[in-house]
Amino acid sequence: MSAMEGMEKIDPGGTEAVADVRTQEMFINMGPQHPSTHGVLRVLLTADGEVISSAKPYVGYIHRCAEKIGETLTLEQFTPYTDRYDYLSAMNNNLGYCMAVEKLCGIEAPERAQYIRVIVAELNRIASHLVAFGTYGLDLGAFTPFCYAFRDREWILSLFERLCGARLTYNYVCIGGVRHDLPEGFLEGTRNFCDHMEKTWKEYDTLLSRNAIFVRRTAGIGVVSAEEARAWGFTGPCLRGSGVAYDVRRARPYLVYDKLDFDIPVGRGEAGVQGDCWDRYYVRMLEILESIKIVRQCLDVLPGGDVKAKVSKALKAPEKEVYLGVENPRGELGHYIVGGGGKNAYRMRIRGPSFANLTILGKLLEGAMIADAVAIIGSLDIVLGEVDR
Amino acid sequence: MAMEFPVIAKLLEGRFPEAVKGAVTDKGDPWIEAAADSVPEVLEFLKEEEGLKFDLLLMVTGVDRPDAEGGGSIEVVYHLLSTTEGHELVLKAVLPRENPVCPSAVPIYPAALWHERETFDLLGVEFTGHPDLRRILCPEDWVGHPLRKDYEYPEEYGGISAK
Repeated sequence: MSAMEGMEKIDPGGTEAVADVRTQEMFINMGPQHPSTHGVLRVLLTADGEVISSAKPYVGYIHRCAEKIGETLTLEQFTPYTDRYDYLSAMNNNLGYCMAVEKLCGIEAPERAQYIRVIVAELNRIASHLVAFGTYGLDLGAFTPFCYAFRDREWILSLFERLCGARLTYNYVCIGGVRHDLPEGFLEGTRNFCDHMEKTWKEYDTLLSRNAIFVRRTAGIGVVSAEEARAWGFTGPCLRGSGVAYDVRRARPYLVYDKLDFDIPVGRGEAGVQGDCWDRYYVRMLEILESIKIVRQCLDVLPGGDVKAKVSKALKAPEKEVYLGVENPRGELGHYIVGGGGKNAYRMRIRGPSFANLTILGKLLEGAMIADAVAIIGSLDIVLGEVDR
Repeated sequence: MAMEFPVIAKLLEGRFPEAVKGAVTDKGDPWIEAAADSVPEVLEFLKEEEGLKFDLLLMVTGVDRPDAEGGGSIEVVYHLLSTTEGHELVLKAVLPRENPVCPSAVPIYPAALWHERETFDLLGVEFTGHPDLRRILCPEDWVGHPLRKDYEYPEEYGGISAK
């Protein structure tokens, strides 16, 4: 009598087993708490195996009604709130808001203040791009660049701390100029930082930009053509990554940018296809060098004089409406302010570049691999505080 | 070559004598007002016409004006930009506050996808033809449109006191 007798017949790998395998689509919930979504972004992925067949982004988890607050506070009171939408580039937010108010109320900042504004805005751009560089490496499994990036960013934060006492939410740029003049040693510290950054930039470039694994993970992934980039409202490094040389600092110059010499880096498809993740990443890297160039020029010609124009304590918003866009590290930050004759704005609309750049996400993820979703989201360099406002 | 606002305004008035209701130049940034139902064709023209080429829609937003004549109005505002020509334009459509309905700009500018959702969420403007018109910043079960001037703050939300 055989041992097999009386046992149920098993058919491993036979037709019956194959019929048993379920091949339905799978839902994957990415976020809102997920390290690679750079904040509280939730993306609902529908995956067919490893391929994403559709993706639905959900935002709004940290909506703090910035626009409503803008309607209920006076123009001056709203400045510190602007720090809090894109908290990685608060100087640029302060600047965008204050310049919009100045345009509305007909105020002009003194020349020294304009140069100081450019210096702090560009330093903040470098700090923000360093975070983008570090965390992007982190997203794709490279931990070392992150540590270096944060070491250098610390240098900028220390400079800002000496300037205004805060490390992230500065409230330094104000309506009419800047709060107070530069502290002793700031110019020297900035110059030293520029020299240091220029040297370490080359190291970073070797460490990550040409790293074979990093290139494989980003080149040819998440490609956005120039036409798509415009149609989907891309601005900033995302738009330039697709090869469109549009920069607000050049196209609609504000402050003293028209007197400064700098280039506008664009994506050229060096590693893969024009407009891929690598291009967006590399535009940010090159912009760090351009910002160093701008800061140095400002340090060389920084004029003396006042740093703040006289602004009425009871500043009123006239019955006008203005829009003013500035080039933030993430793209065009626009403030559309409608005045109603009172001390408050009647309507305050904030055009956050992260919000606009993220609109395309659902389409971009379609057909991508699940592992590439992380590379694609990271390449857009979003700050959820600004998406949700 | 960047075009000045009066030239663009004249061009639009010539092309859409019925739909374009005029240009306002004495209140800060100038804008052009167009009839709501003609917004898509005006946008299409602005995007495609040689010399205009407004290829980038910066944002779509709204302004609530309950005191405007005729029972109040809601303005839908489009900010456009040309990355090739270098000019900007503000286009407005004024909707009745009672029934604010406007055709969607998404078929022309996909960039409007989230901006229109936000305008719907916060101001209650309905964009017809929008592929996915849902709330975006507020939770799906939120009541009311917070940026309306007569918005009343809720007493509580999800069992949490809001006062």
